[in-house]
Parts: sequence; structure tokens; C-alpha cells
Amino acid sequence: MSDETTATDRANEEAGTSTDAVVLTGAEIVCECLLREGVDIVFGYPGGAILPTYDALTKYPQLHHVLTRHEQGASHMADGYARATGKVGVAMATSGPGATNLVTGIATAMMDSSPIVCVTGQVPTGAIGSDAFQETDVTGITLPITKHNYLVTSIEELPEVMREAFHIARTGRPGPVLVDIPKDVQIQEAEFVYPTEPIELPGYSPPRAARARQVDAALELIRKSKRPIILAGHGISMAGANRELAQLAEKAQIPIALTLLGKGAISEHHPLCLGMMGMHGGAEVNHAIQQADLLIALGMRFDDRVTGNLATYARDSRKIHVDIDPSEINKNVTVDVGIVGDLGEVLSQLLDRVERRPNEAWFDRIAEWRADSELREIVRPADAPQHPAVPEGKLLGAQVIRDLFEFTDGGAITVTDVGQHQMWEAQYYHHERPHSLITSGGLGTMGFGLPAAIGAKMSRPDQEVWAIVGDGGFQMTMMELATAVQEEVNVHIAIINNGFLGMVRQWQEFFYEERYNQTPMVNPDFCKLAEAYGIPTVRVTERGQIEEAVKASRSQTAGPTLIDFVVEKEEIVFPMVPAGADLDDMIRRPTPEEFEQQCRERAAAKAPEPETAESEEPAAAAALGSRFGV
Amino acid sequence: MAKHILAALVENRPGVLARVANLFRRRSFNIDSLSVGRTQRDEMSRMTIVMESDSAEADRLVKNLYKLVDVVHVDHLHSQPSVVREMALVKVKASSENRREVIQLCDIFRARIIDVSAESLVVEITGEEEKLENFTELVRPFGIVEMVRTGMIALGRGGHTLKDEGFKPNRSRAAARRNVL
Repeated sequence: MSDETTATDRANEEAGTSTDAVVLTGAEIVCECLLREGVDIVFGYPGGAILPTYDALTKYPQLHHVLTRHEQGASHMADGYARATGKVGVAMATSGPGATNLVTGIATAMMDSSPIVCVTGQVPTGAIGSDAFQETDVTGITLPITKHNYLVTSIEELPEVMREAFHIARTGRPGPVLVDIPKDVQIQEAEFVYPTEPIELPGYSPPRAARARQVDAALELIRKSKRPIILAGHGISMAGANRELAQLAEKAQIPIALTLLGKGAISEHHPLCLGMMGMHGGAEVNHAIQQADLLIALGMRFDDRVTGNLATYARDSRKIHVDIDPSEINKNVTVDVGIVGDLGEVLSQLLDRVERRPNEAWFDRIAEWRADSELREIVRPADAPQHPAVPEGKLLGAQVIRDLFEFTDGGAITVTDVGQHQMWEAQYYHHERPHSLITSGGLGTMGFGLPAAIGAKMSRPDQEVWAIVGDGGFQMTMMELATAVQEEVNVHIAIINNGFLGMVRQWQEFFYEERYNQTPMVNPDFCKLAEAYGIPTVRVTERGQIEEAVKASRSQTAGPTLIDFVVEKEEIVFPMVPAGADLDDMIRRPTPEEFEQQCRERAAAKAPEPETAESEEPAAAAALGSRFGV
Repeated sequence: MAKHILAALVENRPGVLARVANLFRRRSFNIDSLSVGRTQRDEMSRMTIVMESDSAEADRLVKNLYKLVDVVHVDHLHSQPSVVREMALVKVKASSENRREVIQLCDIFRARIIDVSAESLVVEITGEEEKLENFTELVRPFGIVEMVRTGMIALGRGGHTLKDEGFKPNRSRAAARRNVL
């Protein structure tokens, strides 16, 4: 993360603040502190208990306030803003319902270690605990979902609290910090002296470099390994250790698997990058992890979605785990060498002394697994021979993402919601740069996509930003369309619309005997809906229309655009590791040969009724039934 | 499984006890006892946490305690010689006929009688856990009306202390500190 002292100095200069003490209200002090932390945008929603601060904002035009349509949107926008740059995002809300509406966004930021600061109004100090109007114990509520939080009880501590909040949010393992400020504290006046001495938090000292002994032990394991693999997580990009990661992999010839949030840690076009691991990761990647003799886990936390059954996870491997958070070491997976430190520093330490080593046999094995995966690949160039499981004339969600990748030159910042489209994004949109995929990984928050994309675009106005959302998640926060219009945010929205809660439907198909309870959705006409906001729209129902639709969207350079991709209802994300299964025990899409064999078998099973009309159907269609591609 | 005694030095800030207690619940740690009190420095409190667990679990608790911003230092007192004490107040049924017997037991255990009434005695007893257990077992036949235990407190022997070097309380913040536990 950025160096806070220089950021503060710069903010000081820009704000033109003198060191002479002035008398300010608490609300003004909040604004002064935000400026000094380099904040330029505040996402929020006013209300009674935060009104003094909103009034003070009028005196600080450098702080641009974005009015969201729901406080959840504000916390997701702050999160998207933070993830796109690594700068701290700021959300503001009033007490009670305003504060509780932030909660989902705060929990999302906590799970994915995203640095945001939430400022909430609180009822006056005298009324706290009296069940006053719009009172809620927001510091109590957010205790387990913030890195730290504060209830400011006097104006004297306000500058320090604000400074600490930003410091804690952005340093170490970043995370959300909430500052709850009673209304009377916002109104009181005090001499404002911005503390200049370094922040002293005796209970908080993020680690930097690793201990030499641990580095030696890690190098020894790398030296002895024959089938090593690097597992790169979100920590790489957050530490800005992308170059070091590539250098380490190249120098020691070690392939890299990515977590979902690790996408962007290294270019996915890099020959050593295998792609995503885990529940919907590449089969070759999961096989490589299971067969490896050394895992080098960097800034990832062995989430259950990447390990599958822990008892059988990478059983024959030694393990090195580098993380900035000591509590992650030996949490889910017991490791041989645990290194606590900043990844940039630790990787530099390793890089100096790691040796080049031949891993050809290991790469050959991975290549075999990959060749098998390619046979099963369903998304192929439109003019290439198609996988027989692809139903003719239907648009697949996976194809949409693959084509979107192509027609945006793979260079966009994509922000996803949660579900099937998110996994297709992870599989088919290959990212080159850090911070270019923004997605709710840990909490899996539906409704994250649109607001986070708005935040990301406001954070990086120079970048092309696509919100890739499902029809389900989009409807959870689609009121933020109005925010995008009001702020003229040029975010391109792609709805992968299958009229189903697709991922839940997929689980129901596999594990609940196809009882599709509460997953079909009756949707509004998304184009008409967007048009009501004055947003230009296109509807796409065939693969051939994708290029033109994407072009039309990209040609709009002001305000949001929306494409409604009406896709196949019953598409499945392959491969899939069922929850709790072994990582290499994947449900795979059949190869073309296997698929045709299955078709023949099913047709034969149906043969005893020759006079029915179905027997006239092509064998493949008859075999498909309600299922797709299985 | 073994008994683990952890000592934590925490900043005397609002909500610090809630943070620690919440951690136990949130990460499902099973805590035998937790005792908190002020230290020789106004700005610091000290917690003694006792848990029955394997050492990996105790290790996990130490790491998670360290994640709390208000927690300054944590020590696993198992790894060094330490003195451990607990205090109990026990109200024992004692009439004029058997009061002498109870008093004799108290003498043996070096417990103090701090309140006497016609029907009962209140006994103050301090010691290691085992001593307290033995005492309560022996007075149980007389009838324990009610009792309370403090939970264990512990200090390292000799030169061993919990590190809090370099901690300077912040002036303006100190003004905002109240009786926060």
C-alpha cells in the first residue's frame, strides 16, 4: 500500500493547510482529516445523525460526494474504488438503518482484505444506550466484520482516530475500519491540530521482512522439490509484488496457479501461469496441485473453495506459506515453513538466492492434463469445429465472456457479481494486470457487481470498466443505475441473463435431483428498465451479435451503457469440485467422444418405444433432456 | 489436550473486553476462565485466559488475539515458570454445632473466614486451582450455599514480564478513557 507519510504530506500541501491551530467543528475536522488522507471521493447517503458532517462537506469542494441510492451501494462503491487502485475507499452513512445498510459491504471488504473507512453518524453521546430514534450499536454490530472500529466519544480524540482509521485500513493486511461519530461530537468545536508525530499503536505493528532462518528453510524445500507449484493469491497484487512473483517463477521455473482474487497477480498469458485453481478452476491446475511435491502459497489463505477436502489436499507435498497475517499460517492447512511478512520483501529475499532448476518432466505432465482439458473445451472460435454438446443457435454465457475478453482486447477492468457468470469470467477473461478483476471472493456477495464497478470507474476514470453481472445479483442493487447516471459514470454493464439463479440451479441439478426450487426468475425487461434511466441499451441473443453490441457500448464514452445478454438457461460451469470433495474429484464436461457415446447410450435406452415422435429427434437432442452438456 | 494459560496486556480502551470475548465466540474457542483487571499503569489492563485445548488451538488463539489492535502483548505462560493463583469466596452452611469443624478445615487450607452469621460462614481461599477444588470438595458435605471464583490469574516468575516497552499513552486519548471494562 502507499506510503502514508508522503501521502499525508502531499495532502497537506494540496489542501494548503497551515500548521496554525484553528477552531473547527467536529464535522469540519472529519473533512480536514479526509483531505489529509488523500481522499477525493466519498460515497454515501445523508440522514439525521450525520447531517452536521454533510453540512460541513459544502465547505470542502475538493471532497466529491457521490449520492448512492442505498447505503449498501456506498460501501460496495468504496470497496470497488479501493480495489481498483489500492487507495482507501470512504463510505458515509447516518446512524441506525444507514449504518446497518453498510454492513454487507463492510463484511465483503473484510473477507477480501479491502481497505475502506466507513464514517457513520451516531445519536448524541447523552442518548447512546437509550434506544433513541435511529440508534443502533453499529460498533457492536461491526465488531467481527471490521479490522477495527471506533466510537468517538470526544472531539479531542477525533483527529487521531481518523488518522489511525486510515492507517489501520491500508497497512498490514488491509481491511475495513468504521468510525462512529455521535452528532454532538460533530457539532462541538475544538482547536484542530493535526497530529504530525508518527502513529503509535503499541498493539499494531504489521510485519515487514521474513526471518532469515525461515527463508533458508523455504529455499531448501524449493531446492529439493521436483514438482513445485506456486499458489498466488490476492496478497501478491496488494503488496505490489507482481514483478517479484514473475521473477521468482522464471528464475526457479515453477508454474503458478491463481486463486480467484489472485487473478492479475501475473499475466495469464505468461507461459508459467496455469490459470485458476479450486472449485471451478482448471482441471489441469487442480491435478497439478494434488500431484505436486511442493506448494508455495503466497498471499492466499487456503479457502475451502480452493482446497476441497482438506484431508486429501495435496497430500504428498511439502508446503511453504507466506502471508502478512500470522493467523493464516497453519489455520486450514498445516505447513512445513510458515513465513510472516510483506510479500514484496519476502519474495525479494527468496529471489536473491533461489536457483534455476529443471522441471521439464513436471511441465510435460501438466501439459498432458491441459491437453485433456482442451478436448473438453466448449468455447471455441465461431468458425472452428464446435463441441457436440453446444446446442445449435443458443448463446452460452461462457461464449459471451470469451468474446467480451476478445472485443475489449483483454484490457478492461472487469467487476463481477457472484455466481456462474463470475466463474466464467474467471475462466475466460484472462487478465494481464493487477487490480483488473474486482470480485467478491470470500463473502460471495450478490449485488456487489454494479456498485463496485461504479466505484472502480470513479477510482480509475482512465480505464475501461465492465460490470459483468447475473440477472439475479443485478436486481439486488440495480437501483444504483441512478447513481451511475447522476454521476455520469461510464461503466459498461453486461447482464448474463439466463432467467435463473444459475449457480444455485446448477447445485440443484447436481445435488438436489433437479428440484429447481426458487431459482427460476421472472425478470423485468432490462433494456426498458435501463432506458427509463436514459441508459443506452442493446439486447443480444446470438453469438454473432456480440461484437457489434460490445463495440456500440464501448463507443459510448459518457454515462453507463447496458447489454442484456439473453443466454441459455441451463448451462453449467465445468469443471466442478463438489463442496467437500477431493480437489481432483471433479465433475467434468465430457470429451466430444464421451459425449457422443453418452448420446448413443441414452438413445439406445429410449429405443424400446419406436413409434413415439421423439425417436425422430436427433440422438444428441434426445439424450440431452433437460440437461445441458452432461 | 492440556491446560493453557495465556496472559494478554491490552490497552484500556472502550470495548476491549467485548472484542476479546467476541473473538472466543466468533472463532469458537472454548475458554475455561477469563479474568481482567487493571495493571500498575492506568492505560493498560491485563487478561488471564485459561483454555483446555491442544497447543495448536492455543497457538491459534494467540495469533488471533494479536490481530486485535488493542492487544499489546500476549504470552503463553506455559512456556516459562510462572505463579498461578485463583481466589474463591465460599458461603458454607455452619451452625453452632459444626462451625468448629469448618474453621479447622479453613485453618488447614490457610483460608480466611471473612463473614460469620448464625447459619453460615463466608470463606476466602486463595491458591492454585487444585487447592480450591480440594477445599470445596471437603466443605461440600456441610453444604455450600453459594460460591464465586475469580478465574485464574498468573505472572511469570523472576525477570519475565509481558513486553509493553515503548508504549506511550496518548494524552488526548487518555482523557477519553474511562472505566472501560
